Amino acid sequence: MIASRKLPRSLETNPLLGHWLRVNREGTVTVYTGKVEIGQGILTAVVQVAADELDVAIERIRLEPADTRYSPNEGLTSGSRSVEEGVMTVAYAAAEAREILLERGARALGVSLEQLTVSDGVITARSGGSISYWDLADDNLLKRNASGQVPLKPESERRYVGVSLPRRDILRKITGAPAYVQDLDFPGMVYGRVVRPPTYSARLTALHDGEVRALPGVIAVVRDGSFVGVVAEREEQAIRAARRLARLAQWHDVPSLPADMTPAAYLQAQPARSEVISEKSIAAAVPRTELAATYTRPFIAHASMAPSCAVAHLHDGKYQVWSHTQGIYLLRHELARALGVEESTVTVVHAEGAGCFGHNGADDAALDAALLARAVPEKPVHVQWMREDEFAWEPYGPAMVVHTRAALDESGNIVDWHFDVWSYPHVARPGDRDGVNLVAAWHLEQPFAPATPSDPPLPPGGSHRNAIPLYDFPNQRVTNHLVRKSPLRVSALRALGAHANVFAIESFMDELATAAGADPVEFRLRHLRDERARAVIEQVAQACGWEADKRSDGTRGRGIGFARYKNVGCYVAVVVEVEMETVVRVTRAWAAVDVGLAVNPDGVINQIEGGIIQSASMTTREQVAFDRERVTTRNWDDYPILKFSEAPTVQVVLLNRPDQPPVGVGEGATGPTAAAIANAVYAALGARVRDMPLTRERVIAALT
Amino acid sequence: MSDDSALHLAVNGMSYSVTAEPETPLLYVLRNDLKLKGARFGCGLGLCGACMVVIDGKAVPSCDISVAAAVGKQITTIEGLGSGEKLHRLQSAFIAEQAAQCGYCVSGVIMSAYALLERNPSPRDDEILVALDGNLCRCGTHARILRAVKRAAAELPQ
Repeated sequence: MIASRKLPRSLETNPLLGHWLRVNREGTVTVYTGKVEIGQGILTAVVQVAADELDVAIERIRLEPADTRYSPNEGLTSGSRSVEEGVMTVAYAAAEAREILLERGARALGVSLEQLTVSDGVITARSGGSISYWDLADDNLLKRNASGQVPLKPESERRYVGVSLPRRDILRKITGAPAYVQDLDFPGMVYGRVVRPPTYSARLTALHDGEVRALPGVIAVVRDGSFVGVVAEREEQAIRAARRLARLAQWHDVPSLPADMTPAAYLQAQPARSEVISEKSIAAAVPRTELAATYTRPFIAHASMAPSCAVAHLHDGKYQVWSHTQGIYLLRHELARALGVEESTVTVVHAEGAGCFGHNGADDAALDAALLARAVPEKPVHVQWMREDEFAWEPYGPAMVVHTRAALDESGNIVDWHFDVWSYPHVARPGDRDGVNLVAAWHLEQPFAPATPSDPPLPPGGSHRNAIPLYDFPNQRVTNHLVRKSPLRVSALRALGAHANVFAIESFMDELATAAGADPVEFRLRHLRDERARAVIEQVAQACGWEADKRSDGTRGRGIGFARYKNVGCYVAVVVEVEMETVVRVTRAWAAVDVGLAVNPDGVINQIEGGIIQSASMTTREQVAFDRERVTTRNWDDYPILKFSEAPTVQVVLLNRPDQPPVGVGEGATGPTAAAIANAVYAALGARVRDMPLTRERVIAALT
Repeated sequence: MSDDSALHLAVNGMSYSVTAEPETPLLYVLRNDLKLKGARFGCGLGLCGACMVVIDGKAVPSCDISVAAAVGKQITTIEGLGSGEKLHRLQSAFIAEQAAQCGYCVSGVIMSAYALLERNPSPRDDEILVALDGNLCRCGTHARILRAVKRAAAELPQ
C-alpha cells in the first residue's frame, strides 16, 4: 500500500500485534479494532485491508466489537480519523502478521522466504510443499511488538482495497435483525427511564413518589439529588411511571439562558480569549476595494434518528455497560468516577447505535443505565431516552460568528484578508481532564461539575478548524476568539468549526468575486496553487457543466464551495443548484472529492452524498431554539430536517489517487455545501444571506 | 395487572397471544414480547417513521397505535418481508444500491415503500416521495434510498 514505515498512531501506542489480530486454527482471522461503527462503514474498510495484507479471503475475517476487556485503546472514533488511524493500523499489523507466518512457514517447509507464495492463507514453496496459516497458528504467534519494518503491499497486489465491496452490516439492517444497542435483549432484562430536570439549572425540591411505586410493574424509583429515574418490568410501564414522576416532581429554578437567540448578541457580549492563529505579510499591496461581512451559525443538534440508549448490568459487584459511545475507555473512566468505583470494576462494550455525527447523548445514557442498574443489582437494565430528552439534553454544535474583511487590488486579486472567529469550544467529551461530562453526574446529591470544554489545537482545531484559508493571499491575519462558557451544552458536531468557517470563507470568496467582476470558479483558481485543490474545483465545474457568466432565470441558481477538510484531510468541492420555493430548496448537487487512496470507493461516495444532504438540512432549516428558561426544541416538529421530497440528487466524482495515503471523508462536505447553498441563493436572486439557517424570511430580508 | 387479558395479534402470518395493557403502543409489544426488533423507536409521536409497520395494507407508525387497536388486523413487519435466504425485492434493491449508512431508519423506510408497491406496483417518482415523507433519515441516504425503491419497482412482476 504505502511505502512509509512510520507506524500509524494507534500502533505506536498499542504495539503488541496480538492486540489487533488473532489467527485461529479453524481457518479464520479475528480482528480487534478500537474504532467503532457509527454508520460510516469503517468496519467494512477494516476487513478489506486485513484480508489484503494477510492474503486471505475476506470471508475468513471476523470482527470483535470494541470491549474494554480486550480491545486496543484507540481513543475516540471521531474527526474523520478512523481511516488514517484505525484502518491503517490494522493494515500494518496484518502485514507484520503475514511476515511472521511466512517466517514460520519457511522454517516448517525447510525453505527460504523467497521460495514462498501465499494464497488464501496457504503458504506454498516453489519446490512443492505447502502449509496453511491455520496449521502454523498458536497462542504465541502474535505475542510480538510491531517492528515497523514491514511495508504494505503495492497497489498491484491488492485484491480488496480500492474495491467497492458491499457493507458487512447491511443485510442485518434491511431484514430487521437485531443490530443496535437498542435491540439488546437479555434474560431477566428490565426497563428504565430517567426524568430530567425541566431546565439546565433546575434542582429537585420535592418528589412524592408513593403512587408511582404502586404502579403496575414498577420495581424501583431512584432518586439521588436531582437525578430521578424509574425501573419497571416492561418498557411501557417505565415510560408511564416516568411521565407520572415528571408531573409529581417539584423543582426550583431561576432563568439562566440569554434573552436573545441571535448568536452575535450572546456570543460577542461575553469576554473572549483571542489568539492570532495565522499571520502573513508577504507583499506590499495597493488595496483598491475593501469588503467586510459577518456570518453566523446557530446552535445545531445532532438529531440522531435513535434516541440514546444503553444497557447496564451490576453483577457480583461489577458493572457491565453496553453503549454506542465513540470511546469505550474514556467512557469507562468517566463512569467509574461518577459511580465512585474502581475503573477495574467497570466493563464497557460497544454496541452500535444510529449515526451520531459527533458527541450526542450516547455516553450520558450509559451513566443513566448504570445508576438505575445500581438500584436493581443482578438485573440488566435497558434505558432508551425519549426523543424529547435527546433534543433537550444532547450537547449541540456551538453557535459561531465570523467577521471577515478583505481588500482587492486593481486587478481584482485579494491582497489582504482578515478573518475573526467567535465561538464556544467545540469539545466536551467524557474523559476530558477535570470534571465529569455526563449529564446525570451533574444532578447527583454529590454532584460533579462538567469539565471545561476545550478546543483541540490546530490542526485539526475546533472552533478554528478550517479558519485558515487554503488560498494563497499575500497578506492575512486569522484570529480565534474563544468564549469559554456557553449558555447551552455544547460538544463535537460533524465538522466542528469547519461548518461555519468554510461557510464564511467560501461565501466571502463569492462576494469578492462579484466585486472583482470575476467568475467564482475562475476567481478561486487564480488564488489557489495546491494542485489537488485545483483539481477538485475543476472537476466539479466540469461535472455540473459550470458556465461562467450564466444568468439566473430569477428562481434558480448555482453556487460553489470548496475546502480541504482540516487543511490536511480530504479535498472536497461542491456545486449545488437551488430553487426558491416556500423554502430554499436544494434540487441538485455535484461534488468532486480527493481522499488519496479510497479503500472503499462507494463508501466514500456514500459519505459525501450523506454529508451534502445533511449539510443542506442544517444550513437551510436547522437551529436549536430556547427561551430564558429552557431549550424549547423538543421533537421533530420543532426541528424539521430535510424530507425525502426535499432532498437533492447528488453526483460524486471521486478522483483516484491510490499513490496518496488514505484520509477520512465523513466531514469533508459539510462546510463546502453550506457555502455552495448561500452562493447559489445569491446567484438565483441576488440575495446574500450570511446567517444560517438560510430561511425564506432571511432571503426576503436580504432582497430588500 | 388486573385489567390485562390476553390479546391476539396476527403478525407476519402468525398468531400470537400477548399479555399487555390494551393501550400499550404496538411498538413495545412487537419489540419486547414478540422479539421483532426491526421496528425501532425514534420519536414516540409518529413523526419519524423508524417504527413503521404495515397494518391491513397501510403503513402505520407502530409507536402511535395501541396494541388493542391492532387486534384482528393483519400486521406485517420488516421481518415478514424476507430473510437472509429469500429477500423481498425491496431488500435486494437496498443491497444493490447500498442504500444505508447507519441503517436505523431503513426498516421503517422499506415498510413504507412496501405498502406503496403493494397498492401501486409502478409508482411515479413523486408518488414514491410522498410515500416516504413520513420517514426521516439523518445520514442523508435519501438519494440512494430513492434509487433502491425505484429499482425494486422496476423489478415488480407485471
